[in-house]
Amino acid sequence: MDAGMIWEWIIKSIFLILFMTGGFAYVTLLERRVLARMQVRIGPNRVGKFGLLQPIADAVKLIFKEELIPAGADKLMFIVAPVITVIPALIITGVIPWGTSINLFGREIALSIANVNVGVLYIMAVTSISVYGITLAGWSSNNKYAMFGGLRSTAQMISYELALGLSLVGPILLAGSMNVMDIVQAQKTLPFALLQPAGFIVYFMATLAEINRAPFDMPEAEQELTAGYHTEYSSMKFALFFMAEYIKMIAVAMIGSTMFLGGFQGPFVDQLPWLGPVYLFGKVIVWLFVDIWIRATLPRIRYDKLMALGWKVMYPIALLNVFITGILVVLTTKR
Amino acid sequence: MTTLQIVFLIIAAITLVSACLVVMTRKIMHAALWLVLSLMGVAMVYATLQSGFYAVVQVLVYIGAISTLIIFAVMMTRNVMEDVGPQSNRGWGLALVGSLILFAGTSAILLTWDKAQTVLQEIPAVNGENIQMLGLALVDPMGFLIPFEVASVLLLAALVAAIFLTADIKRSRS
Repeated sequence: MDAGMIWEWIIKSIFLILFMTGGFAYVTLLERRVLARMQVRIGPNRVGKFGLLQPIADAVKLIFKEELIPAGADKLMFIVAPVITVIPALIITGVIPWGTSINLFGREIALSIANVNVGVLYIMAVTSISVYGITLAGWSSNNKYAMFGGLRSTAQMISYELALGLSLVGPILLAGSMNVMDIVQAQKTLPFALLQPAGFIVYFMATLAEINRAPFDMPEAEQELTAGYHTEYSSMKFALFFMAEYIKMIAVAMIGSTMFLGGFQGPFVDQLPWLGPVYLFGKVIVWLFVDIWIRATLPRIRYDKLMALGWKVMYPIALLNVFITGILVVLTTKR
Repeated sequence: MTTLQIVFLIIAAITLVSACLVVMTRKIMHAALWLVLSLMGVAMVYATLQSGFYAVVQVLVYIGAISTLIIFAVMMTRNVMEDVGPQSNRGWGLALVGSLILFAGTSAILLTWDKAQTVLQEIPAVNGENIQMLGLALVDPMGFLIPFEVASVLLLAALVAAIFLTADIKRSRS
């Protein structure tokens, strides 16, 4: 392992983190603009051209807000919780390939950070630890609304993780590998969304619940919980929760595009490897647009209905999908 | 001392200190979180042993599932959050002697056993260990099919029992 290799990894990791945080800033803008259009408003358009500098104005505003820590709070946990929320969101896309490899400055550079053979399991593991930050934030605030938000989010995320994990088994079975790169290569002719429609839909709905987006945004239901788990947070600590939510949105869009929509695969990507990241980026934008569209369209569903949907509808469908896919894979494989 | 050994020592220290803090801290929520850190240390030990699969599974099962459930249960029990009173009972001296004997005995055996002295070999794999071999071994009648199935039946029985216990209240009421 030479020094150039280590520098390559460091640069790629820093690029990913900067991309995700930058993406967060502009997804907030995209959401506000798109929501405004759908509600026949204009949305933020005063700061910069088309409101493009709005995220920077928001960041400056948030930095100058007062940092509050409630008197009865568990101080250490209260400060650590936003950090724990952001870190899994930032590292989860480390195994997603952006393309095959490109030639830059005379070096062959692979467009992925980590090409591990348990990539999908890594995604599941990071998803499963992302519940901690929200739970701890809810508990450490010493506020009953925050506490209920934290409890709800824990229950909701644990319930939907099952369906989420099982929906990812379909692509694993079809590709015969847990390596994300292999899964993308297996979708060269046909994206798995067409072979796995049930798995795709379950993945889409489960991720909406997992990242607490509408119509499953129970942990932060304003009308009943003031703001849910981040009621007591202000200034940059609040911004970190906000950031985690939007980064997770980008991350699940990236993972979903990779597992079900063919990732960086597209026309002419073999001849021009630079097109890989472009295709992935395009798919992610479309995915995010659909997320925002759903938020503008559907009302929040009731909490018990949400749990019933997770356990009694999505989980059995995902399980059945795994069985059927397994049987079909065994029957159609040539021996 | 190689870099790997230094890394191992740091990880071992984190794991052991946080394991001790699980029983020494008075706040039950903090104890649960120290347990999480301790389990994370074990996952890191797997990672230093070049077993990415076990490291990830450790995080997924123990930290992602079991510890989350523990924390969920702890959040429901606010009024016994902070325990007061002595943290040890009368038998702590005997327990100390017993655990010291156990530790000394295990160390003596490991120090005299020549296989414990072997230097770790680098695993010749491209991107971590071969998971397909593990998967095939689990469904091979000559491999671990029977233990695997027995474990599955045990888990299924536990699941059925859990459902029965929670559904029992409704039945007695009617």
